Amino acid sequence: MATYIQIGSTVTVGAGGAASIDFSSIPSTYTDLVLKLSARGTTTSGARDSLLATLNFNGTSTTYTVKVVRASGGTPSASSTGGPTGGYVNASNFTASTFSSTEIYVPNYASSNAKSFSIDSVTEQNATGWDTIMGLEAALWNGTSAINQITLTLDYGNFAQYSTASLYGISKS
Amino acid sequence: MADTKIIVNCETGEVSEVELSAEEIKQREADAIAYAKAKADEEQAAAEKAEAKAAIADRLGLTPDELALLLG
Repeated sequence: MATYIQIGSTVTVGAGGAASIDFSSIPSTYTDLVLKLSARGTTTSGARDSLLATLNFNGTSTTYTVKVVRASGGTPSASSTGGPTGGYVNASNFTASTFSSTEIYVPNYASSNAKSFSIDSVTEQNATGWDTIMGLEAALWNGTSAINQITLTLDYGNFAQYSTASLYGISKS
Repeated sequence: MADTKIIVNCETGEVSEVELSAEEIKQREADAIAYAKAKADEEQAAAEKAEAKAAIADRLGLTPDELALLLG
């Protein structure tokens, strides 16, 4: 039976916000990693419908391939991108005190092969006339080193107060 | 207030909050510009594609819904 063990501490962003959240010195002793993010940004979504988190492994922002299935309203869409994406995030103009929910699953993170990983994310928006956004992403990072660092940022602005991030190691037994 | 980053050392469990360096701020600004450009290019390409599709539908005498049905 798989066992979830929290690695490090849960990060809760303080009143000043945070430009990034960084888990460093991740040990290679687990089988898989799971990162759970509850987030809100400090900037509005502007012309777009949400903010996007970006995810870097080992400080590298290149050699990612991401396939995204996105649903908002009645029409799902699919796209492909080369950027390190980390799911959809509530912007500051979303319903007050609401946060997006994201889970990032990285199997075999310590292997010497390229790493595939998945991201599921959903925003929360309770105002009439708005839709929540759901994203399912299948991604590949071509790095062959064990993942020992995960950095989360936003495409615009900072993580808002009370955003949280927790990292878990999964052991086979 | 200066932008900060939160660092969790997973070996020690220590959580620290440090200000971004000048280099990191510069990189962040460059990343934001690059991202905005990539996004704008992507949106422009999508708009051009939609326009081309609409022109074809128009030539064929089809509505966009009819064309979508045909291609679906």
